[in-house]
Amino acid sequence: MFSSLILAPFADESARHSLAAVIALAISAGPVGVFLMLRRMSLVGDAMSHAILPGVAIGFLVAGLNVFAMTLGGLAAGLLIALLAGVVTRTTELKEDASLAVFLLVSLALGVVIVTVNGMDIEHLMEFLFGETSANMNQDKLLVIAANATVSTLVLALIYRPLVLDCVDPGFLRTVSGSGGIAHFAFLALLVLNLISGFHALGTLLGVGIMIIPAAISRFWTRDITAMIAIACVTGALSGIAGLLLSFHAKIPTGPGVTLVAGVLYIASILFGSVGGLVWRLFPGRHLEA
Amino acid sequence: MTVQLQFRDLTLGYDRHPAVHHLSGAVEEGALLAVVGPNGAGKSTLFKGIIGALPPLAGGIERGGLAVRDIAYLPQVADIDRSFPIGVYDMVAMGLWKRAGLFGGIDADGREQIRKAIATVGLTGFEDRALATLSGGQMQRMLFARLLLQNARVIVLDEPFTAIDAKTSEDLLALVRHWHGEKRTILAALHDLDLVQAHFPQTLLLAREAVAWGATRDVLTPQNMLKARQMCEAFESEAAECKVPEAV
Repeated sequence: MFSSLILAPFADESARHSLAAVIALAISAGPVGVFLMLRRMSLVGDAMSHAILPGVAIGFLVAGLNVFAMTLGGLAAGLLIALLAGVVTRTTELKEDASLAVFLLVSLALGVVIVTVNGMDIEHLMEFLFGETSANMNQDKLLVIAANATVSTLVLALIYRPLVLDCVDPGFLRTVSGSGGIAHFAFLALLVLNLISGFHALGTLLGVGIMIIPAAISRFWTRDITAMIAIACVTGALSGIAGLLLSFHAKIPTGPGVTLVAGVLYIASILFGSVGGLVWRLFPGRHLEA
Repeated sequence: MTVQLQFRDLTLGYDRHPAVHHLSGAVEEGALLAVVGPNGAGKSTLFKGIIGALPPLAGGIERGGLAVRDIAYLPQVADIDRSFPIGVYDMVAMGLWKRAGLFGGIDADGREQIRKAIATVGLTGFEDRALATLSGGQMQRMLFARLLLQNARVIVLDEPFTAIDAKTSEDLLALVRHWHGEKRTILAALHDLDLVQAHFPQTLLLAREAVAWGATRDVLTPQNMLKARQMCEAFESEAAECKVPEAV
């Protein structure tokens, strides 16, 4: 029973690659998701995942289904948009969400045009949008995801201090250091990097799920940022593993599989979370002395 | 006496409209200067100019060899995300930024300094409390602890005692007086004139221009106060260009 449910799906080598990929992705995307949430940018992350589409499509046109070409294309498109939006935000009155939204919409429109004009067939398009079945992870994709996760984790460690300060007290950071702007751009670059990993592992539409949902879950269990990051990584990895199993047994793509498991964990956290969970609100207990 | 801050025909403002207009004068090293004036007089704008957050429209500021980042600044309304999951200890520890920088650790000596700063402002026991749980007064105490650790020669306080109860402002004022004893240069924007008269030897009465600047007793006269009230808030959206010649 245990072996047929849990172990048998991973008998195949590419399924084991998928497993390694989602765990790496959960560990690198979890902290990025936490910062997105704390900066109230969760939807920006979501929108950004569509913005890398034209880059990926151009990579696809140039080199076919080549993982590295699609990665480079997506990276270039994402970084360009992050940079343009960042410059507009920091030099004009427009706030981040508005300036990003404009670039994202234009980019998504461009992506759809490129994909349609060049007649991508429906099978590839579905794979493109929703991720492949777990049996299709290849070594190149795993390599890209692992490299992205390594870079992302290291860079996040480097910019962690200014990033936290830029979230909690940006005015103070400006008076002691000029690193806020650099940290912000570096963070957006990490966002793009993780979106590309998510795209390879889970498809463009749902790749962002493993970044944003675990972060939202973590908020229901702790009030400390370090613990939040740890919880986001662990719940992300759990959703990844359980989601792969679900997609194997139910014969559905990995993207929705992983995202649905994360969604179930999220609903459980809303109900039972130790910080503001709804069930505890119903039974708050008597008030304390002081 | 050495001059710490020198304003040379300084004009600061927004979209070419001046909020501080042709201000000249000097703040000596070790001065304890109250900046007084009605709302809209340009107090906050002047402070933003001093810390380099707002470039002058005309004229200039000399900072006696200090870089803008050597000046500690407490804004009127700190732009703090109070829902951010971080505790009092970590917020205060950020006062050691100059020493620790981006990656540097905080050693035993640093931790002792943080402990002392938290004790000095009376927040011992609150180290692990999240920002969201602090009262307004506790928040201000925490920000003063951080200022304490910044150990700056020039400290700029924008309405530090507004909306703060008597006990808290008394405690924080004692800290300001202690800094004064250490010969630090302090500028504070204040509305409580009794407090200014009791504790601040020098006052700048500002109403876009300097109405009076000198010993507090000579500045806070009824005539000057009336003049300040009348001069303030002269904003015209279609104002003509200022004709006062630029100082060279």
